[in-house]
Amino acid sequence: MDYLLQQLINGVTLGAVYGLIAIGYTMVYGIIGMINFAHGDIYMIGAFISLIGLLLVGVLGITYVPLALLLVLVLAVLFTAVYGWAVERLAYRPLRGSVKLAPLISAIGMSIVLQNYVQLAQGARVKPLQPIIRGGFDLSSANADYHVTLSYLQIIIVLLTVALMAGFTAVIKATPLGRAQRATEQDMTMASLLGIDVDRVISTTFVIGASLAAVAGLIVTLYYGVIDFYIGFVAGIKAFTAAVLGGIGSLPGAILGGLLIGLIEALWSGYFSIEYKDVAAFGVLVMVLIFRPTGLLGKPEIEKV
Amino acid sequence: MLSITGLYSGYGHIEALHGIDMELAAGEIVALIGANGAGKTTLLMTICGKPRASQGSIRFDGEDITDWPSFRIARRGIAHAPEGRRIFPRMSVRENLQMGAVAGNQQHFASDLERVLSLFPRLGERLQQRGGTLSGGEQQMLAIGRALMGRPRLLLLDEPSLGLAPLVVRQIFEIIADINRSHGVTVFLVEQNAFHALRLAQRAYVMVNGRITLQGSGSQLLADPAVRAAYLEGGHGVATPPAEPAP
Ligand SMILES: Nc1ncnc2c1ncn2[C@@H]1O[C@H](COP(=O)(O)OP(=O)(O)O)[C@@H](O)[C@H]1O
Ligand SMILES: [Mg+2]
Repeated sequence: MDYLLQQLINGVTLGAVYGLIAIGYTMVYGIIGMINFAHGDIYMIGAFISLIGLLLVGVLGITYVPLALLLVLVLAVLFTAVYGWAVERLAYRPLRGSVKLAPLISAIGMSIVLQNYVQLAQGARVKPLQPIIRGGFDLSSANADYHVTLSYLQIIIVLLTVALMAGFTAVIKATPLGRAQRATEQDMTMASLLGIDVDRVISTTFVIGASLAAVAGLIVTLYYGVIDFYIGFVAGIKAFTAAVLGGIGSLPGAILGGLLIGLIEALWSGYFSIEYKDVAAFGVLVMVLIFRPTGLLGKPEIEKV
Repeated sequence: MLSITGLYSGYGHIEALHGIDMELAAGEIVALIGANGAGKTTLLMTICGKPRASQGSIRFDGEDITDWPSFRIARRGIAHAPEGRRIFPRMSVRENLQMGAVAGNQQHFASDLERVLSLFPRLGERLQQRGGTLSGGEQQMLAIGRALMGRPRLLLLDEPSLGLAPLVVRQIFEIIADINRSHGVTVFLVEQNAFHALRLAQRAYVMVNGRITLQGSGSQLLADPAVRAAYLEGGHGVATPPAEPAP
């Protein structure tokens, strides 16, 4: 029972990270109908900028942890957003209106460029980091020999994610930007006939996706304490799976999908085999694509005229 | 107000407009009639920059807008209720109207909404309903109402009567006249329903295969035997036969 509880706690934490990355996939797909194949690497960039930021605040002697984390968060979001913006400008915008395969290939190219760039700039070795937020609650039941802990960091991760997702859902639902995004998604030409600068809406969407991926990158850096230039690939595919599972294009779907993938992965590695934990997520992707391609909360594909 | 000279446009290698010249003065209602496939929709869309003109120029209030991006043209005061209405299906009626307000000044949203709802009271009863669930007539009202929300100076209407019951058609044409009369909006009306359009418009153009073949006042064209034969009396361009005799 205690063991299960621990796996659930870990799964929800992991799910928060996948959910944050999945929002980027699902929003970009919603608006331009294409997968951003460089998004996993944008998340990896976010993790590296977070790591650099954490080392920097250490050098600067900022020891008050909340202030230090806030600074790193802002830094990571700002710089990662620039990378997200650049991916759209370089890999997608010049090819808009051409065959769908073209931007897909250029995005994969971007992904390779980003990985190699980080590998060259930062080295291929795994980057370790001292834990910054320690401690937590002991949730073990009386006289059990297995210890269940809910760390402070896990609480912060889940609260931060929930707050971001709630805030973001509200933006989409009730602000001019959110309306412009939904209008662009439903009929891009009509949106521009009404005075919407569609290019800017698409740029903003990439920037928002990258910002949320940066938060995920910071969280992972703090949570695992090690990152390398390759983390974007696996996390990217899992977050993509989460987006597809929830229903690609659906915002609540991305959040639900992230949570489910996190839980499946934690339970799988807790009860079966940690070596094959990635198999679980990919198995889910295959099953969803075969049996319910529109995902759990996705709308059936409407043929665009 | 709008002057089009030597305009060519089309889709990729297919040219649909072959040198259009046209002049609209402020405050007018001008009709454009022509058979299916003549290029009427292409002309309205080219005015809005989609597709872009391949030759010629479009001037609006003295400014050359030929190469402007669509959103800038809209913000300068040209609104479009396009072919097929293009209501955002998964947005509420209210949100559709809010999108129409983007091109204008957000400050007077409340009074603009009130004005549009007084023209189309049906929309007021359905503000929370999704655009995609409206009837054809209601969608057309929403398309026109949405176009008016940005307080345009020029309103482009692409076959507003298409697929609507005669009673609704009459209602919509009355509202178009009212918009022009009491709000001073210049109207460029594309119609296959030539009878109503020619009665409403001060001036009209006839388009055949991407060229303007005739122009004149509405009543002149209405009396023209060639126009009557082609677009009014069982001609292939007629969408619905006129329900009442011409005056
Ligand atoms: N999206 C498009 N792609 C290619 N050809 C088109 C497209 N839309 C219209 N056309 C062609 O352009 C010509 C003019 O069409 P259109 O402007 O829609 O005519 P109308 O509105 O008068 O019925 C037609 O021959 C039509 O087949
Ligand atoms: Mg047409």
